[in-house]
Amino acid sequence: MTIKVNQRDVAGVVVLDLSGRITLGEPSARLRESLRQLLNQGQKKILLNLADVNYIDSSGLGELVSGYTTVKNHGGQLKLLNLTKKVNDLLQVTKLYTVFEVHDNEARAVQSFQ
Amino acid sequence: MSSRPRRVEVTLETRIDSIDLGEELARRVAVTAGFDEEEQHKISMAVRESLINAYQHGNQQEVGKNIGLNFFLHPNRLVVEVSDQGKGFRLEEVPDPLAEEGLLRASGRGLFLIRSFMDECAVESQNGCTRLTLVKYLRTPARPAPPEAGPAGEPAREAREWREERGRKR
Repeated sequence: MTIKVNQRDVAGVVVLDLSGRITLGEPSARLRESLRQLLNQGQKKILLNLADVNYIDSSGLGELVSGYTTVKNHGGQLKLLNLTKKVNDLLQVTKLYTVFEVHDNEARAVQSFQ
Repeated sequence: MSSRPRRVEVTLETRIDSIDLGEELARRVAVTAGFDEEEQHKISMAVRESLINAYQHGNQQEVGKNIGLNFFLHPNRLVVEVSDQGKGFRLEEVPDPLAEEGLLRASGRGLFLIRSFMDECAVESQNGCTRLTLVKYLRTPARPAPPEAGPAGEPAREAREWREERGRKR
């Protein structure tokens, strides 16, 4: 089981469309590598579109938190877009909703980076 | 007197794909037990997190070690045991991932999720084996109230009695 990552540029914001499961092993490593590459390219406005992510385990959550911290330490911002109910519930129960800025509208999410 | 539970016993290798396998098995057992879709998700996720814990922290990813995954289907509840060959841990010593200073930690949420998604959770460690026992009650009108919280290991009582009985027969 892996994760697909598609990258778009929307008004200076990099939108990563993720689909699949963010779990221990290769999927978490793939997300980490994608974020690392973006930071190496100097991208500091990153929006993770999780509309097609219906499952995240504790390792995937850790990867999201780690990514958030790494991007922030590079002077950037990492925000989340379009959470599925299961992922939303997971962020609520782990209180990570208080860490991430979460949006349900892409245009408004992109605008929030300006 | 309760009827003897139906059992499913599996031994998994300490490999990352064992985690997906065990998770899928847990989902199917939860379907068979009669849990609804949301409860199936919680049970399979709790089992997944237990297997991650056994794989990473218990067996330290050593391929020569095994992970035990046992299910006991009772009329009113599902009991799951996940065992590894690690030195074990104490639930009360696991840091709270909801504490403000822990929110940005990259790890440490697995046990919290297990305890959030299951009705009971206990850890037993002895003789180089650590066993995590999880219990989920069926939400049906006939469901009796869960027992009062007992000492650590209490949810495992019936499973332990069964193992002892099995040992006597061997």
